[in-house]
Amino acid sequence: MKKKKLLDRDSTWSFILLMPNIVIFLVFSLIPLIASFFISLTDWDLLTPMQWVGFTNYKELFSDDIFLKSLWNTIYFTLGTVPIGIIISLLLAVAVNQRIKGIKIFRAAFFLPVIASWVAVGLMWMWMYDKQFGLLNYFLDLIGIKGPPWLSSIKWAMPSIIITSIWKGIGFNMMLFLSGLQGIPESYYEAADIDGAGWFGKFMHITIPCLSHTTLFVTIISIINSFQAFDLVYLMTFGGPARATSVLVFYLYQCAFRYFRMGYASAIAYVIFFMILIFSIVQFQLQKKRITV
Amino acid sequence: MKKKNLSKAVLYIVLSIGALIMIAPFIWMISTSLKSIDEVFTYPPTLFGKTIRWDNYARVSDRYPFGHWFINSTIVTTVVLVCQLFTSSLAGFVFARLKFRYRDVIFLVYLATMMIPVHVTIIPVFIIMRELGLIDKLPSLILTEVATAFGTFLMRQFYMTIPDSLEDAAKIDGCNPFGTFWRIFLPLSKPALATLGIFIFMGMWNDFIRPLIFINSVENMTLTLGLANMKGMYATDWPVMMAGAFISMIPILIVFLFAQDFFVKSITLTGLKE
Repeated sequence: MKKKKLLDRDSTWSFILLMPNIVIFLVFSLIPLIASFFISLTDWDLLTPMQWVGFTNYKELFSDDIFLKSLWNTIYFTLGTVPIGIIISLLLAVAVNQRIKGIKIFRAAFFLPVIASWVAVGLMWMWMYDKQFGLLNYFLDLIGIKGPPWLSSIKWAMPSIIITSIWKGIGFNMMLFLSGLQGIPESYYEAADIDGAGWFGKFMHITIPCLSHTTLFVTIISIINSFQAFDLVYLMTFGGPARATSVLVFYLYQCAFRYFRMGYASAIAYVIFFMILIFSIVQFQLQKKRITV
Repeated sequence: MKKKNLSKAVLYIVLSIGALIMIAPFIWMISTSLKSIDEVFTYPPTLFGKTIRWDNYARVSDRYPFGHWFINSTIVTTVVLVCQLFTSSLAGFVFARLKFRYRDVIFLVYLATMMIPVHVTIIPVFIIMRELGLIDKLPSLILTEVATAFGTFLMRQFYMTIPDSLEDAAKIDGCNPFGTFWRIFLPLSKPALATLGIFIFMGMWNDFIRPLIFINSVENMTLTLGLANMKGMYATDWPVMMAGAFISMIPILIVFLFAQDFFVKSITLTGLKE
């Protein structure tokens, strides 16, 4: 009897204390998520009344060359950033996991791009990529290579965005790997030393297998993030030249807030949502193990 | 022994080259921000111009309300920081410590909403903001972030680790749940709040897409949006743009300098979010 009363008291209090979260969740997460789907079934320019069109928007997507191009660019961007970014940051994590003097300074240096905003990073790199006076082409010149016009070249614009994104993301992944590395028992390496294993052998047979969980985790986060790339594209190339860097979120932004095709843009939003959902579910399953319920 | 020294030297060289690559764009930014416009367009590039042009930093606010942007970013970040730290610790406390039916199921469902990308809901959120009359006003950037699943999750994980005995003491003293939270749990949560705080600070200070969509007038912009806007206006005035970009980074750099460990912790936990 007493226990039930306590449960009731707790329930009431919980409801009161959770009020802000409940309201924000309903108004800015749940309702928009459902609304987004309904809007994707309409034609709507925000001014004239909505027109119900069923799945027409979705059908149109797959015959829309710009959408298909943006879809491809998103995949290109993901394939360009994720594997290289992970390999570099894994190697870096191993390097900064050594107990040597000044290691904290090195870690801080690699981490610096993570804390800068994409906008500041974008501005910095636009100037780095300057065809004539940029630092990058200067260095290439020093070793006898004539640098490309980076951002204004159809061929090099996407690689430019990819390079900057990798540069900015390395420190983040490095820290995740580092915390994974610190979870590997020292004794494994000591045992390998006794067996006479070299640096490379230890890396391949101890570090890599022990980090498999972290690697999977970092891979999924990286994929989810690259599906959502936007800031750099908006700032550095505005999707150009000739749509060479138009990614899905950028096209969504254009359709919604430049062309005012809310229904069509919402359909793009749902495509992105489902692309991400698959990876999110895997991530959520991994994460659930880390949560003690 | 000799071999060990050699590998150590190799490690230092590799790390130094890596660190240089990571830092070069920042040095280039600062160097450019202190040059005259003529010196910027010289070849080969130099690290320093003939004179150090501090006035580039003053010129940042000549044609644009840079000061406004800085204040707007500060307001948005601070308000979200205070509100979200409070709601997160409250909700985290509820999910960790109070008992009600379906608690853990509700928590997992709430947690799952972390996976909804901001871009998927941005159109309806824009429409809701418009209905609320908040477009082009700072509250449009604040409201959605006042309470989040991620913050709740982080604080809940922390409160799960606090021993029952402390709570029981408060109950015997006749505290209601809010009193227990306020007097026992909140004062204990400083490390967790610092970690979450840094995460919120970084996210809000660097946020771009929401200001881009919700804010129209130049004087209501935040720093990131303002900088992006400046790019269109100044086109090739790189010293001024680099000065602006550098100023925008200073607050985060300062916090980073003093709380590096919390940053790292916050980032490692962020891995759980994005």
